[in-house]
Amino acid sequence: MPMLLRSSRARPAFTRSMEALEMAEHKPDSVVPRQRFRAIVIGASAGAVEALGAILPKLPAQFPIPVMVVVHIPAESRFSLVDLFQKRCQVKLLEAADKEPIQAGTVYFAPPDYHLLVEKDFHLSLSSEEQVMFSRPSIDVLFETASDAFGTGLCGVILSGANSDGAKGLQAIVQNGGVAVVQLPESARSSAMPEAALLVCPSALVLQLEQIGTFLAQCQVGEQA
Amino acid sequence: MQSKTDDIEIRLLLDALFHRYHYDFRGYAMASLKRRLVQAREHFQCESFSQLQDRVLHDPTVLPKMLSYLTVQVSEMFRDPSYFAAIREHVVPHLRTYPSLKVWVAGCSAGEELYSLIILFREEGLEERTIFYGTDINPEAYRKAEAGVYSLDRIALFTKNHQLSGGKSSLSDYYTAAYGAAVFDKSLRARAVFSDHSLVSDAVFAEMHLISCRNVLIYFERALQDRAVGLFKDSLVRRGFLGIGSKESLRFSAHANAFAEFSREARLYQKHGGPGNG
Ligand SMILES: C[S@@+](CC[C@H](N)C(=O)[O-])C[C@H]1O[C@@H](n2cnc3c(N)ncnc32)[C@H](O)[C@@H]1O
Repeated sequence: MPMLLRSSRARPAFTRSMEALEMAEHKPDSVVPRQRFRAIVIGASAGAVEALGAILPKLPAQFPIPVMVVVHIPAESRFSLVDLFQKRCQVKLLEAADKEPIQAGTVYFAPPDYHLLVEKDFHLSLSSEEQVMFSRPSIDVLFETASDAFGTGLCGVILSGANSDGAKGLQAIVQNGGVAVVQLPESARSSAMPEAALLVCPSALVLQLEQIGTFLAQCQVGEQA
Repeated sequence: MQSKTDDIEIRLLLDALFHRYHYDFRGYAMASLKRRLVQAREHFQCESFSQLQDRVLHDPTVLPKMLSYLTVQVSEMFRDPSYFAAIREHVVPHLRTYPSLKVWVAGCSAGEELYSLIILFREEGLEERTIFYGTDINPEAYRKAEAGVYSLDRIALFTKNHQLSGGKSSLSDYYTAAYGAAVFDKSLRARAVFSDHSLVSDAVFAEMHLISCRNVLIYFERALQDRAVGLFKDSLVRRGFLGIGSKESLRFSAHANAFAEFSREARLYQKHGGPGNG
C-alpha cells in the first residue's frame, strides 16, 4: 500500500526527517506519489551535480512530465549540465531557450546568468533582471512562476545547497496546492537549502536522493486544466 | 482564486497605463512582468493591483517609478565579450565597405551597449563615418545614456569585458574618474543620438547597417517579438546585421526566413540580400 509521508502538521524538521528516513528504509515503496502532476521543478546549488546525478538518470525516456531545473552556476561558466548528464540519462536534456514550448519527456536547465520562468500558456521565458538572493538564475523565480502556471499540478523539489534560495518558491507551490519534496538535510552535501525550505514548508515530503529519483520516476501525468 | 483576480487586475492596470500614458506593456511576457509588478505594488504599499492602478492613473509623478519596475535595466559594457569580438572580427570587415554607416541600439538602457559599440568603432577607425542611435522607452534610461556617467565600482567589470572582447586600447582612455563616478568622454557621443522609441508602437526611422537589440526581446511575447523583428528587418539595408542577446534566437520568429545566421555562437544575423527583402 502506498503510504504518504506528507503531513500537514508542523513538526520539528529533525524528527520528521528521521521518521521519513526510517519509514523509507523499511518500506522502500512507500514513496509512491499519490497526486498526478503536470510539471516538476527542481532547484539545487552546492552539491547539485551529485544530487542531480542520482535523480535524473532514473527518469525513463518517455517520461510523461516536463521537468525544469535551476542550478546555481557562475555567470561566465561554460560548463554545461546538459553535456555532463546526457550520456547517463534516458530522458532528453536541453538548455532552456526563450519562448520554447514546454514538452513532456524533457528536462530544461536554466542557462547561466538568466532567470528561467514559466508562462501561463506553457512555454518558457528567460529574463536577465536583477539577481534574487544573490543568484541568477534563481530557484524562487522558477518555482513561483511555475506555481502560478501549474497550480496543484506542480511538484517542487529542493536539493542540496548552501543558501536559502527556493524556500519562498517552494512555499508558493504548497500554498497553491502543489507538492513539495525536500532532500533529507542530513543526507545533503550542503544542508542549508533543504533546511531553509523545510522551515517554511514543514509539510514537505523529506526523502533521500535515491528515493527522490524513484518518487519522480513514478510520477504520472495529470490532465491539463 | 487570488491568482486569477491578480491577473484580471494586472490586465486592467496595463490597459490603464496604455490609455492614460500610451505605454503599452500588454504584449509583454507575463511571468516576469507580474513579478516586477508585485515588487511595484509592495514599493507603493498598495494592497492590490487595482489600488496601484488608481495611484498611477491619478498621479503622473508615480509613472517614472512604475516604469523603473516595468522595464528591466540590468546591463553592462561589452556584456558577453564574445559578441563584441565577433562584431570586431567578422562584421567590421563588411561595414568597412560602406562610405557611411548607421548603427541602432534598440532598448539601449543607460547606454552601456551603445558606448561599447562606439568605442569598438573608434578602435576600428569607423567612428567618423557612423551615426549611432540609442533608443529606449524609459526616459530616465536614455537620459542616463546621454550623460554617460557610471558608478566607479562597475568599471572593473567593464574593463575586463573590454579586454576580453579584443579591445585595442585601455578603457581608461575613455573616461575620467571623479567623485566615485566614471564620466565617459563627450567626444564619444558627438555622433550619437538618444531618443524615445518603442518597439511596440513606433515605426522605422532610418536605414541601418547594424542593429543591436540584446535582452529586450525576451521580455516580449511572441506576437510582439515578431513586430520588433519585423521592424528590424524593414530598417536594415540589404545584407545589414542584427545582433540579439546570447540566449535569444530568431528560431521562433515569423521573420526567421528574412535572415541568415551569420554567427550562431554570437547570435548575429544578416539580412538576406535578394529582392523582396529590401
Ligand atoms: C535588460 S535592458 C537591455 C540592455 C542592453 N541592451 C543589454 O543587453 O545589456 C532592456 C531595455 O529594453 C527597454 N525596453 C523595454 N521595452 C521596450 C520597448 N517596447 N521598446 C524599446 N525599448 C524597450 C527597457 O527600458 C530596458 O532599458
